[in-house]
Amino acid sequence: MVTGRSEFLAGVRAELPILLGVVPFGLIFGITALGARIPPIAAFLMSSIVFAGSSQLIGARLIGGSAPGMIVVLTTFVVNLRHMLYSTSVAPYLKPLRPAWKWLLAYLLTDEAYAVTIPHYHGATESPHKHWYFLGAGLALWSTWQASTAAGLVLGRQLPVSWSLDFTVGLTFIGIVFPALRDRAGVAAALAAGGVAVVAAGLPLKLGLIVAALVGIVVGMMVEALYPAPTRRVAELHQHVTPSGEETP
Amino acid sequence: MTLWLIILGMGLVTFALRLLPILLLERVEIPWRVRQALRFVPPAVLSAIIFPELLWPHGALDLSLGNVRLLAGLLAALVAWRTRNVLLTIAVGMGALWILQAIL
Repeated sequence: MVTGRSEFLAGVRAELPILLGVVPFGLIFGITALGARIPPIAAFLMSSIVFAGSSQLIGARLIGGSAPGMIVVLTTFVVNLRHMLYSTSVAPYLKPLRPAWKWLLAYLLTDEAYAVTIPHYHGATESPHKHWYFLGAGLALWSTWQASTAAGLVLGRQLPVSWSLDFTVGLTFIGIVFPALRDRAGVAAALAAGGVAVVAAGLPLKLGLIVAALVGIVVGMMVEALYPAPTRRVAELHQHVTPSGEETP
Repeated sequence: MTLWLIILGMGLVTFALRLLPILLLERVEIPWRVRQALRFVPPAVLSAIIFPELLWPHGALDLSLGNVRLLAGLLAALVAWRTRNVLLTIAVGMGALWILQAIL
């Protein structure tokens, strides 16, 4: 008998393996925020107000570099654009729910929650309670993210600068991006964005990241138009794009 | 004060991106072209962070062998590509950075 409760617990269980990778990410965010001279209480609340790991890391660094607020918000927008894809893909399943449920699940719609929830929605099991599974996965991630941020904020004070722990941010992104590069267009987007980012590193107002990301996206689309992906990938695109190895909340 | 406004702004745009398609899908559909563009957001954004981090470590372009972050980053990229393991990538990259910093 599938109940809301059993679905909730199944969602929590499905999320557990992913949490292993989330804990160090939260620690790194806490440490990075301290390095950027963000007050601990603000950094801690950022994890529940924003609740999107990579944009929080990037935002913390921009704030530390005294970027204007508008640029920080605009960069967050670009970095989190991919969530529109997830939102579009779960929308049909959430249609029958009350607005309060829609708002709550939208807030919990991270890379990791999406990664385990969408296969469950697609799965063969019939259940009117699948939104409870989503909630279980989402809340498991949410509480882990808050706790590991807090741990990073406590731990970060003890760690000496000579350990170069800021480098873990770049390494985390390397670990996410390389496995996800599957086709020519994706590689082109990554190379173009990276190249422009180096050239534009001196741009005023920390605009370099946004400009580089936009150039990368355009180049990716151009290469895709020149060398269309095999039909299998196009079909996958039409359906639901998986989070492609993304590891960030 | 400004900091809190920035954090609130970041939260608002993130939540809007997550919520609006769920609320509006009955009326609007995201065009295929836009969906295709969104697929390139993660590789483009993340590379735009990684490249300057490795090639521009101290406020100037540094392609020399003394650039320990570039060397450690390349090794980490190799590990990421072969193992698809984020934790191992971080461990190898940090280990390499510490060793290189000690000997160079």
